[in-house]
Amino acid sequence: MAKAKANQKVHPLEELIRTERLPHIWCSGCGVGTVFSACLAAIQETGIDHKKFSMVSGIGCSGRGAGYVKLDSFHTTHGRSIPFATGIKMANPSLNVIVFSGDGDLFAIGGNHFIHAARRNMDITVICINNFIYGMTGGQVAATTPHMDRSATTPYGNPEMPFNLPLMAYASGATYVARWTMIHSRDLTDSFVEAINHRGFSFIEVLSPCPINYGRRNKIKSLDMLKLFADNTIIKNNADPAELDIDFKKGVVLGKFVDIDKPTPDENYEKVCMMR
Amino acid sequence: MSKVLAITGAGAMSEGMRQINPDVVPAFPITPSTQVIEDFSQFVADGKVDTEMITVESEHSAMSACIGAAAAGGRVMTATSSAGMALMWEMLYIASSMRQPVVMTLINRALSAPINIHADHSDSMGARDAGWIQLYAENNQEAYDNLIMAPKIAEKMDVRLPVMVCMDGFIISHCVQTMQLEDDDKVKKFIGGFESTYPVLDTENPSTWGALDLQDYYIEHKRAQHIAMKNAKDAIKKVSEEFADIFGRKYELFESYRIDDAERVIIAINSVCGEIKEVIDERREAGDKVGLLKIRSFRPFPYEEIAAALERVKIVTVLDRSESMGAYGPLFTEIRTALFDAPEKPMVYNRIFGLGGRELFMSDIHDIFEENKTYLETGKVEKMFDYLKVRGG
Ligand SMILES: Cc1ncc(C[n+]2csc(CCOP(=O)(O)OP(=O)(O)O)c2C)c(N)n1
Ligand code: SF4
Ligand SMILES: [Mg+2]
Repeated sequence: MAKAKANQKVHPLEELIRTERLPHIWCSGCGVGTVFSACLAAIQETGIDHKKFSMVSGIGCSGRGAGYVKLDSFHTTHGRSIPFATGIKMANPSLNVIVFSGDGDLFAIGGNHFIHAARRNMDITVICINNFIYGMTGGQVAATTPHMDRSATTPYGNPEMPFNLPLMAYASGATYVARWTMIHSRDLTDSFVEAINHRGFSFIEVLSPCPINYGRRNKIKSLDMLKLFADNTIIKNNADPAELDIDFKKGVVLGKFVDIDKPTPDENYEKVCMMR
Repeated sequence: MSKVLAITGAGAMSEGMRQINPDVVPAFPITPSTQVIEDFSQFVADGKVDTEMITVESEHSAMSACIGAAAAGGRVMTATSSAGMALMWEMLYIASSMRQPVVMTLINRALSAPINIHADHSDSMGARDAGWIQLYAENNQEAYDNLIMAPKIAEKMDVRLPVMVCMDGFIISHCVQTMQLEDDDKVKKFIGGFESTYPVLDTENPSTWGALDLQDYYIEHKRAQHIAMKNAKDAIKKVSEEFADIFGRKYELFESYRIDDAERVIIAINSVCGEIKEVIDERREAGDKVGLLKIRSFRPFPYEEIAAALERVKIVTVLDRSESMGAYGPLFTEIRTALFDAPEKPMVYNRIFGLGGRELFMSDIHDIFEENKTYLETGKVEKMFDYLKVRGG
């Protein structure tokens, strides 16, 4: 895109967006775009040279992030964003590697990679857009779909129980764990900045609406979903990860739950494996 | 009651699955095969089938669960496409080596990278050595008919191999065509009950599956698969004949379209054959002796039968909708092998087309027939291998 004329307004994130790829594919009312902007705003806010970032996505609506960001980016295969990111980070530890992907991508088909990257305390930032569903393929049940909620493959309710993602992250060894919703965009941006600056495996779960493929089947209108995010959430930093099950009736706990210091794989690798 | 209905290719497959009423369907969504399992999960929820449906977390798990369920004595089906089947790769081999007659709808889609959701055959062609029977279809009707026949072929005692029922993504899976949906009871009767060979749940006769098998017996097990695949050729023929007796539609290992007196023939797979037939009809009107040989069974591959069918043909253009980088297209390789022993060999050459869904239009097919006409007249195949409709080519 040509540089904007002096009197023309420029989008504050223009430097980080491949504007030639617009319009984006996200439906109106979708939360992915908001989380994406918060992520880009956080990248700006860190003040770190953009050349020192890389974004990796899997496949899904959320996964389109890597295609729209004007950074070195990888749109990988469904489920494998974390191993790609691990490779990037190990080859060039000076990079800030951000994984931007969906709940299905990170916790169903790619779940195994998540627990191992967390266990190793890989120094990457994993942002999971949890819209409780496989959005891109038309709303099939995911590992995060609440019990008894409807989806294209569970038309009369999901018989299974969903993951508690922050608990899994914590139990697996993640050293920064937080949860927000997409309407908490300030907290979200702050959290992303912290996560990027955090040394070690950072995980942020972002609850986000998919009005088309989740809301529609569960009779939750776009705005009502946002209201749930506003009214039925409780900010409680340092909450016990075991108490973070998602139940909007009881209230969903948001905040930063884990922020600890542990050695990262490249530090350990230096110590243990390099011959001196 | 049998009825004519307008339905997408994917919808036709879910209807077929409903009629087959498998015991277990483990599935994971992927475009363009998603509709098959979505429609089917509605049938499960509405009690229209007795199936246990498992919404697993990946295709690797889907095929693993298929194998487990089949070994436990169930009739098992699933559906996938592209990357989904690529992720099943390890398990494809396990299914065929453990001789589990799993039936899978494969809606053909290009493989990444770059990511692409449209039709080509790189997924199934890549799996051609996995020991699965592969049946292809030009349209909804054929895909549905292949699916109805698949369990019977797979479950023949001298076959016992998994079957992949393929059709082109979007072009067939998402386009509404009219087709004959056969009567539920008639289909059920045609397919019959499932008899498991060594059900692992038979505690009276415990069996072990996939145990270590080194230099001592591995190769015998492989040869047994090879023989089963050879037997599959007869099984496909026999089941197709039974099918024709009951439902009236006749199928062979491949379809010969106006090739009896044809001089110039195109050989192709799946949906493009519809357009090729149209072009042939137009050219026949003008007296041009052209024809089509459409592959139905790619595994097992009918070498002798194809050689016989091409006996009087002078030139053959083989269209491949997938690539085997550094080699000829997979269909071409088979066709040339089939022709090697023929006393009178036609000229034969290879064209790659339609990767990632790029359309081949009727005018393009006319161009192919013009080109092979020139080749025939000059007696020389100018270009043995080329891409059709590609930039910079
Ligand atoms: C191996 C493989 N299997 C299945 C798919 C199909 N597929 C694409 S996106 C997707 C689910 C996306 O869900 P999620 O990761 O939650 O992202 P969302 O679209 O909800 O943002 C699936 C199943 C694929 N691309 N590759
Ligand atoms: S399908 Fe859902 S997740 Fe995907 S863009 Fe639309 S609203 Fe967003
Ligand atoms: Mg999702």
